Amino acid sequence: MSNASNAALLDVSDVSKAFGTVEVLRAVSLEVKRGEVVTIIGPSGSGKTTLLRCVNFLESYDSGSIRIDGKEVGYRDAGTRQRRSERDLAAMRAETGMVFQSFNLFPHLTAAGNIMLGLRKVRGKSEAEARQIAEHWLGRVGLAHKADSLPAELSGGQQQRVGIARAVAMEPKILLLDEITSALDPELVGEVLAVVRSLAEDGMTMLMVTHEMAFARDASSRIVFMADGGVSAVGPPAEILAAEASNERLRSFLARFRASHF
Amino acid sequence: MLGQIIYALPFLAEGFAVTLWVSLLVVVLSLIAGVVLGVGLVYGPAPVRWAVRIFSDTIRGIPILVLIFFVYYGLPAVGIHLQSFWAAVLALTLFKTAQVVEYLRGAVGSIPKGQSEAAMAIGLTFRQRLAYVIFPQAFRRFLPPWINGVTDAVKGSALVSLLGITDLMQAINQVIGRTYEAMPLYILGALVYFAVNYALSLASRRLEQRFAFIRE
Repeated sequence: MSNASNAALLDVSDVSKAFGTVEVLRAVSLEVKRGEVVTIIGPSGSGKTTLLRCVNFLESYDSGSIRIDGKEVGYRDAGTRQRRSERDLAAMRAETGMVFQSFNLFPHLTAAGNIMLGLRKVRGKSEAEARQIAEHWLGRVGLAHKADSLPAELSGGQQQRVGIARAVAMEPKILLLDEITSALDPELVGEVLAVVRSLAEDGMTMLMVTHEMAFARDASSRIVFMADGGVSAVGPPAEILAAEASNERLRSFLARFRASHF
Repeated sequence: MLGQIIYALPFLAEGFAVTLWVSLLVVVLSLIAGVVLGVGLVYGPAPVRWAVRIFSDTIRGIPILVLIFFVYYGLPAVGIHLQSFWAAVLALTLFKTAQVVEYLRGAVGSIPKGQSEAAMAIGLTFRQRLAYVIFPQAFRRFLPPWINGVTDAVKGSALVSLLGITDLMQAINQVIGRTYEAMPLYILGALVYFAVNYALSLASRRLEQRFAFIRE
């Protein structure tokens, strides 16, 4: 039974993808269980972001299978390569929340409006109901007073918190976070990570690409280290850090990282 | 002299009504066709993109006068007979449609890809993404060149007089033919065209300001 709490909510198995002749994903397999926070680390160009984008089918993949709650993502069935209909894809994407590096808030809508759009048009909620949910989540990310502000009137950290609220308000099964603090000034990173941490404490299932090593160490159930389009190491934070001794790539990645972030 | 012009005013007003009617038809029809084809050009599969590209480049490469004569005098050769009024409207609409396609492509193309992706990520379908995310943002960029195009359409509608349609231009010429008062009548005509177009540009500026909050 796919709903059993010990079964994987997200099951990525043998996924490969090439952009022309460049193989960006090589037979990647990965599981995320309900309530887990899994972070993906690795050098740039290792396929982290591409993998994340395959999970909600912003990118297609060439072979392998990605399942959420037992349901194949993007294609009608594993192996058929028959793309789902537009309507089907939209419905599937609504089950996964995504937060982007560059926020991607809708600039013509207020903070509340950004959150309400999906609730109204995808979830079919009434204006009043959607507004209430939007206000609830804006409160959760500490922006109750900014409900009627336009994105251009918000700081980067505030915009990203609205981005998180927009994603979680849809009650996704899993939240995908794509380097969500990379575009932020250092002093704004903390407020965004605090929100992510509080969501993790509430049991939100998350798959997150990040360069915030300390955060990955402290907040993750497991860390996935990717290199050259494949999973090079995976395990609980303590195990990954211990694996450094035996994993050449991981060692050089962490060494470079330490050098640049004291 | 003034008396003759005042005497001709109702006749000129009828011509003016035809000018407005032609302009309105051309503007509305080209807007609908241009937006549909423009969406095809930006988002369609390769064959659709190619077809729209060829249509747009071909039409924009032909002088509008040639297009009008081609539709009215040329199409009967392949069995398509249009009344002069509809031939003129069709030719002007084709011309304007090709322009609207380009305005739309430019406006939609200026919206960052992340907007579509964010809209996809919350589960909006293609139509919903266009309606609630892309078009509202593209609108502000689409508006200035489009209004410009509307004023062109009003001015360009004077060409229908060449097919013998009694629009404002033709009415003026006919009154001149009776009264030999060319200068005052052409000035009157110029003022009327100017008044319409100036009102349009003012409206455009208003609208642009209203949507100025959308950051670039």
